Amino acid sequence: MPKRTDIQKILIIGSGPIVIGQACEFDYSGTQACKALRAEGYQVVLVNSNPATIMTDPEVADRTYIEPLTKEYVEQIIAQERPQALLPTVGGQTGLNLAVELAEGGVLEKYGVELIGASLRAIKVAEDRLWFKDACRKVGLDVPASALVNNVQDALRLADQLGYPVVIRPSFTLGGTGGSIAYNREEFAEAIAHALDTSPVHEALVEESVLGWKEFELEVMRDFRDNFVVICSIENFDPMGIHTGDSITVAPVQTLTDKEYQRMRDAAAAVIREVGVETGGSNIQFAVQPDTGRMVVIEMNPRVSRSSALASKATGFPIAKIAARLAVGMTLDEIPNDITRVTPSCFEPTMDYVVVKIPKWQFEKFSGADTTLGTQMKSVGEVMAIGRTFKEALQKGIRSLEPHTPWRAPADTPVSLLREKLSTPRPDRIHWLLVALERGLPAAEVCELTKIDPWFVRQMEEIVILAKRAAGVTVGTVSHELLRETKRNGMSDEQLAQIWNTTPAVVRHQRVKTRVAPVFKRVDTCAAEFESYTPYLYSTYEDEDESDPIAQPKIVILGSGPNRIGQGIEFDYCCCHASFALSEDDYETVMINCNPETVSTDYDTSDRLYFEPLTLEDVLAVIEREKPQGVIVQFGGQTPLNLALELKRNGVPIIGTAPESIDLAEDRRRFGRLLEELGIPQPRNGTALVPEEAARVAGEIGLPVLVRPSYVLGGRAMVIAYDLNTVQEYVAQAALMGPARPVLIDQFLEEATEVDVDALADGDDVVIGGIMEHIEEAGVHSGDSSCVLPPVSLSPAVLDRIRDYTKRLAQALQVVGLMNVQYAIQRDTVYVLEVNPRASRTVPYVSKATGVPLAKVAARLMTGRKLAEMNLPLVRTNGVAEIAVRDYYAVKSPVFPFNKFRGVDTILGPEMRSTGEVMGISKTFGQAFAKAQLAAGQRLPRKGTLFISVNDRDKKQLGALGRDLAGLGFKLVATRGTAAALQAAGIEAEPVYKVNEGRPNIVDLIKTGKVDLIINTPLGRESFYDEKSIRRAAIRYNIPCITTLSAAHAAARGIRALHEHALEVSALQDLHGKKASAHR
Amino acid sequence: MGQIVCLTYPHIGNVGANLDDEESARPYIEALVVREFSSLASSWRSTETAQIYLSRHEIPVIWDLDTRALVRHIRKVGALRSVVATDGTPADQLVHEARKLPTMAGLELAGHVSCEKPYEWTKGSIDLTASPWREEMGEAASEAEARRFRVVAYDFGIKQNILRLLLDHNCDVTVVPARTKAEDVLELKPDGVFLSNGPGDPEPVTYAVENIRHLLGRVPIFGICLGHQLCGLALGGRTFKLKFGHHGANHPVKNLASNKVEITAQNHGFAVDPDSLPASDVEITHVNLNDHTNEGMRHRSLPLFSVQYHPEASPGPHDSHYLFKQFTDMMKETKLSNAFRRGSKR
Repeated sequence: MPKRTDIQKILIIGSGPIVIGQACEFDYSGTQACKALRAEGYQVVLVNSNPATIMTDPEVADRTYIEPLTKEYVEQIIAQERPQALLPTVGGQTGLNLAVELAEGGVLEKYGVELIGASLRAIKVAEDRLWFKDACRKVGLDVPASALVNNVQDALRLADQLGYPVVIRPSFTLGGTGGSIAYNREEFAEAIAHALDTSPVHEALVEESVLGWKEFELEVMRDFRDNFVVICSIENFDPMGIHTGDSITVAPVQTLTDKEYQRMRDAAAAVIREVGVETGGSNIQFAVQPDTGRMVVIEMNPRVSRSSALASKATGFPIAKIAARLAVGMTLDEIPNDITRVTPSCFEPTMDYVVVKIPKWQFEKFSGADTTLGTQMKSVGEVMAIGRTFKEALQKGIRSLEPHTPWRAPADTPVSLLREKLSTPRPDRIHWLLVALERGLPAAEVCELTKIDPWFVRQMEEIVILAKRAAGVTVGTVSHELLRETKRNGMSDEQLAQIWNTTPAVVRHQRVKTRVAPVFKRVDTCAAEFESYTPYLYSTYEDEDESDPIAQPKIVILGSGPNRIGQGIEFDYCCCHASFALSEDDYETVMINCNPETVSTDYDTSDRLYFEPLTLEDVLAVIEREKPQGVIVQFGGQTPLNLALELKRNGVPIIGTAPESIDLAEDRRRFGRLLEELGIPQPRNGTALVPEEAARVAGEIGLPVLVRPSYVLGGRAMVIAYDLNTVQEYVAQAALMGPARPVLIDQFLEEATEVDVDALADGDDVVIGGIMEHIEEAGVHSGDSSCVLPPVSLSPAVLDRIRDYTKRLAQALQVVGLMNVQYAIQRDTVYVLEVNPRASRTVPYVSKATGVPLAKVAARLMTGRKLAEMNLPLVRTNGVAEIAVRDYYAVKSPVFPFNKFRGVDTILGPEMRSTGEVMGISKTFGQAFAKAQLAAGQRLPRKGTLFISVNDRDKKQLGALGRDLAGLGFKLVATRGTAAALQAAGIEAEPVYKVNEGRPNIVDLIKTGKVDLIINTPLGRESFYDEKSIRRAAIRYNIPCITTLSAAHAAARGIRALHEHALEVSALQDLHGKKASAHR
Repeated sequence: MGQIVCLTYPHIGNVGANLDDEESARPYIEALVVREFSSLASSWRSTETAQIYLSRHEIPVIWDLDTRALVRHIRKVGALRSVVATDGTPADQLVHEARKLPTMAGLELAGHVSCEKPYEWTKGSIDLTASPWREEMGEAASEAEARRFRVVAYDFGIKQNILRLLLDHNCDVTVVPARTKAEDVLELKPDGVFLSNGPGDPEPVTYAVENIRHLLGRVPIFGICLGHQLCGLALGGRTFKLKFGHHGANHPVKNLASNKVEITAQNHGFAVDPDSLPASDVEITHVNLNDHTNEGMRHRSLPLFSVQYHPEASPGPHDSHYLFKQFTDMMKETKLSNAFRRGSKR
């Protein structure tokens, strides 16, 4: 069927900020959809609040709106752009929910916008648990047995019938509150009573448990002509009961017979037809009882998903790109397969390799969080690995995780603990599985404890047996055959070095000597049946190499690996931009990365894609094969940077800033000396290895001090210490954590304003890319702080000093490419906190705010081009060039995953904990801030009751804020001390009890919906508990909670803007087209 | 004389073997080439490991080699003659022996794998719990009580799932040897004749072509794979050898009548040249979307249709099961019109 001609303009909704469960896979799918629709001649209007995405690059869509993803804002965009259609299926759950809201709110009807890709009915049926079950039953499919109950007696009778364990899901509670699994009658009686109480309608669903069953997913596509194909089958290594996002998963399916697989395929076709998803991709999940083969349908996503991104990367079939074309009426047989060119997309990809996905968790960031894995997803990222066998793929996957050094269990772990480690799934279970098998725990028992399929356990057993065989020889005596066998089974040089008690370099040397080297094979959708034209490659130890490198100037770009807090989509954005720019400059671009969610691992992004772990061994193998002119390590965050020096030592031509300069900037002592030479102030600082030394150093510096380990990203494990005890304790703990690396101790600048600067340099010239003023004061991690560009409160003198320092630092470090500097301004003194001569998290935000793609420019500088030839819109102040800012403000705000980690304190500090970011743009700072807050999920109220409780330091400066908010019509309630401070300043405030003072206390007020805005600034650990319960209640009841006074001031300006200005939206294309203003 | 099969997917044998999934009385391959062979069978359906199954049938398995390299080689040069040896014969001598082997073209293999005497087939599809297609079959079964079709199936190397599906579709099936004469088949008074799949080149199977010509117009005919190629020859067309054939369970085939695409299982080295068929008599019904080769046809006026691929799947997707219904519909129609003709004569 030809594409539709009755629509010309299509609105695409993105997925917003990166949160747990919704990450850069939707940037990948959204970008693909935009590109596909434009290639078909449609105009694309895009809205997404996340500036760190490739999809919000102004070249990707015709009209790009970085605006909050709310009904009001999107309605405004629709009114302004008048699209004929809305594609709701490529923006994750956020996009889908918003589309439903727009449809049900009558907005789509009002403006004549048609939902394409999935109808409202299909979305509702797929999303509603009960409707979906009915749909499945209607087409003869089995689902977990269940019924709704509204009293304990009925519930007990039902549960007895179903057998234990049973699942309880109360109706209409937020985020699954009150849901549980009961393992016996007694537990059930208690749990169901609680569930019925939690439900506002006193009702709960009691459902048969499928815990421990085998879990499968099919990624399927359907077109208007009812053609149906399965793109990828996925088997979860971890059984039912662990969220698929937190499961290790394997493609294709390993343990189904053809009859069972085809039954599942038929079921998927029946489901997608009955639910009524007419076109596009869907993900359908199944559970299979391992002893009887009974198959039940679990759920369906009527849209592209995290799994479909994985399936696209696993097979080479671009699901989102095809889904977008199907949505406009094309059929699968009309769309060619990019990889083979001669065959159509209407087929089922076949694999001659195995793909393993392993999630990446970061519980260390959230002390107090429950690390048990269950039905709620908790991982922040994932890696994918490709191997010819499961064993190879699994081991490559494990080393793709960070840190990638082989994991060792404490030697004296008792067997009882091993059993517990197996039966309770936590992030490290995969390691314990290997340990248990190594210790000789029988495979049958391992299967019983974990419910992992015996086939997978046997594979792991084979790894363990091979490792034992290897341990029987030495690195000097190992035969070619045995060495090759270990490599064929995925063992890394590092693993072998550990077995042979030597260094990876020695293992490598032995490999070279005995000619054991990897080859590269192609991912081609067709198991070599047709020739492949896209070099999408993975390494393996086989006979034939298919990489066919081209002798042409080429640059290798190292990606950033799995998403982590502090190292996420921003770095992938930079890597993609490097690739785009160098491709435009006629280089052949080669990407190495192992993160399946990203745009960088789309085979379309670079000329060649190596889906490989980012370890020295794996990266060197690619470089030896490709022999590039240059390798870029400064765009992928800490992961490639950690390899920089070793790569250089191995003769790899690293381009851009020298690794030595990067190293110098990381080395406190040498860097301190450099600053001294340059006459640039920095906070007093020192380093210590042992507690006594730390106490002495901290004493000399003066309290409070900031204590942290060296070589970090995202401020891992930093604390602000107000006493020497804390300092000593920290150093003692750090010593326990690993090999001795010095702990850094810095003077902590209280009440300072923090500033981030991104700059470009070509070795001679320097251009300031953007100066960002943080809204939270220094001490809050820069990644967790809101900031504004251009700055709003810095004096011209301070700005001049910042420019001057930045220029001199870039020159001193001989930066070629990007540099980020963090400053703290305390009483007009500008201190340098940190210099990172590499891409920073703020690069995409600055690029979107200024309209200048910094990463692209930087990539060109690295190849030897000069700033002077870049045609940048510059202004010069005192001889320092700076990218001109425009007459609007761009505010970036962080987004936190606290709702996933109950019991974790939400207070901001030097440890970065945000997973994503949003941007608000407006003519006024207040409006931009309000937009950013709204986009981040904090809807600032226009009026209502404000609860305020601040620390003593902040009480002194409370007057202006209080007056401001009271003036805006807020009723103020405050804890006793704060109320007194307000009253002293002449502002009316009603006192309210703290949690431990009596009732009704402040938490009671929050829970009963009597508070609309919370300002709560903390001090020290004493008062933590009271405050923690306030902040936790705020999260649970979704009330904006501000924890610093400077943010409160910004919020007041934001609320004022909401009062004074009508809602306005602007496309980036218009904003960037405006004349740049020469002054701020 | 036979075939060595190389599988592209690296892990083979994960789910072991079971009798329900057998498609012939014994495996007919000479050897199997795989990347990695599972020593453990993990499936509730499995009765033995794949290793034991194959060694029971004395089929050697070659493993731990770069199967993708082999597949790419075959893609470039076409299917190869080969020998397997375990006695240490030097490689160049084996190559010499392989070169002495005849090529597939011109070999009549169907007769070697066919049954020796006729038999009745009595087993329908196995019943996995909660099978989504069971309901559909349930409907068919109730209809079955009212009407059954008598089908004679020529065995050129027939896959048992064809027989199971015929049975599921209300057919009483008699399987007959490849060389059974058309007259003997008509003696059995069938409502329809089925022409099975089978190995090798269709051209030398001249006896079958003769029989089909004799049956054409006298009884409804449905052919699959080799059966399709034999129909092509019987209708006056030509067949040719494909470079490396179609093998696997993911081949897109377009049904030209409905414009819908079926994902099909395929396993053939020869194909019918559609341009060689008399357009006045024959309508092309299905085409392969990968290489646009012919996948199906029907006679414009007489009850005959055939497909190149395997609608019975097993293994493979079930998208083309409808063809079995099409066969019974054709038999029903023919029965009705015969009855009508008899009635009007009277």
